[in-house]
Amino acid sequence: MTKKGSVTRLTAGWRRSGRPASLHEHARQHGQLPPLHSGQDLIDEVAAAGLTGRGGAGFPVGTKMRGVAAQRGPKVLVANGMESEPASRKDESLLASSPHLVLDGIELAASAVGAETAHLCLPRTGGGLADLMLKAVEDRRRHQVGTVPVEVRQLPHDYVSSEQTSLVSWLNGGLALPTGSRPRPSERGVGKRPTLVHNVETLANVALIARHGADWFKDEGTQEAPGTMLMTITGAVAEPGVYEMANGALVGDVLSAVQADEDVEAVLIGGYFGTWHQVSEVAGLPFSKAGLAGVDASPGAGVLFALPANRCGLAEAAGIARYLAGQSARQCGPCMFGLPAIAGDLTQLADGRPEGEPLDRMDRRFGQISGRGACRHPDGAVRNAESALSAFAADARAHADGRPCLAARQGRQLPGTEPATQGDWR
Amino acid sequence: MTMKLHVDPIACAGHGLCAELLPEAIELDEWGYPMLAASVPARLRGHARRAVSACPALALRLTGNDDRGEGGPARAQ
Ligand SMILES: Cc1cc2nc3c(=O)[nH]c(=O)nc-3n(C[C@H](O)[C@H](O)[C@H](O)COP(=O)(O)O)c2cc1C
Ligand code: SF4
Repeated sequence: MTKKGSVTRLTAGWRRSGRPASLHEHARQHGQLPPLHSGQDLIDEVAAAGLTGRGGAGFPVGTKMRGVAAQRGPKVLVANGMESEPASRKDESLLASSPHLVLDGIELAASAVGAETAHLCLPRTGGGLADLMLKAVEDRRRHQVGTVPVEVRQLPHDYVSSEQTSLVSWLNGGLALPTGSRPRPSERGVGKRPTLVHNVETLANVALIARHGADWFKDEGTQEAPGTMLMTITGAVAEPGVYEMANGALVGDVLSAVQADEDVEAVLIGGYFGTWHQVSEVAGLPFSKAGLAGVDASPGAGVLFALPANRCGLAEAAGIARYLAGQSARQCGPCMFGLPAIAGDLTQLADGRPEGEPLDRMDRRFGQISGRGACRHPDGAVRNAESALSAFAADARAHADGRPCLAARQGRQLPGTEPATQGDWR
Repeated sequence: MTMKLHVDPIACAGHGLCAELLPEAIELDEWGYPMLAASVPARLRGHARRAVSACPALALRLTGNDDRGEGGPARAQ
């Protein structure tokens, strides 16, 4: 499932079998865990490297680490390996191939900010991933690599249970549900301690920066988007899977590198919270936060889906809307009622059996839903639906007039679009 | 100082009393949940306070109020 793309940093030494690198193999590939001279040095190096979070929001990592390090008392580090994005496989691939690179990053980031404990959060349904990580943690203990104890935790796997306040809530003995924006985990998180939450790919990059430095890191990627990015690229491409790409590569170049079909006209960028675009609109843009900002897109967790020419984008978007509606934590009215409403609208539209004027209705509903949940879940769902209506505007008009495209009968290709099993958030 | 209403979306159960007491600044969406105006004019302070205390779920908050009582400084989200 995992493939090397044009760059091999995080993916160095990955095997086709996906077998995890042992501690010995890891040290041979990347070198020993570098000693931490001072936390401040590492944080400065990470800041100078311009590393941004790989969990979706792309916030500068140095700034976040500084913020937590500056708080009083012992801290906690949480590594987010939940990967609840249905179209993403990059965290699972990274953990399963290079467990020790992530664990090095956990050790280094925790030490740098003064964390005495670390939790690695994994999906409960993650197959053998937790066992594999437990074994890796045990190997390090036996070989006395690192000092910060890492607890491997297995959480309910739902779209919102991997949001950082959900992780903190669950680690504190509560439900794996978002708790809203206050208090911030960085001020008062696990065990009421200041808590640094990072995606596992982010932490693996910290491990590389600690070894090779900021300048080396910036040798790949662009000035605005340095380093590499793990991307999960699926749909009409030669080999769907996980690729490591130079950050900020042009969308068109990425599609060529993975041999996307010539007739691909549309892509989904960023994942289920992401946006749909015509290829002609984005081919010349860098796949990075700044590069995509002009078309209201963002790399998210590095998902790129090339819509096969014989599939209907509206049907795919309707499937995503239904999935996200089913994933609402049902705490907030506009999310609990609004998401099923737009999922219903989009489904009617995709099926070419609209009741009333679905386009006007959706337009009104989008405005009533966005920004009105305790977390950004409803915003993400609206964003995806809205982008589909604009990327497939001509199709949407035809479907709304009761003339669906033939492709709508082909079924969908994206995963996770079955009605979600309503979560057990414990 | 301008006053601002805030709703805790998790606590809010869509009772809708607030919109009845303060229709000038609160409108209900099609599912019965309040959508708040960007700010509340000073002349509506009394009504706004009444709406806040009428909420059975204690989900509504008024900030930027110049006398002591509910609220406090407006917080950045
Ligand atoms: C609904 C929702 C789901 C999220 N799921 C994930 C996830 O599966 N993995 C992840 O690393 N971050 C996820 N995030 C982002 C986290 O809240 C958090 O910002 C991130 O783990 C921070 O890591 P980073 O700074 O390294 O990106 C999610 C956010 C939201 C709003
Ligand atoms: S907005 Fe939706 S997912 Fe987020 S906390 Fe509220 S109900 Fe839960």
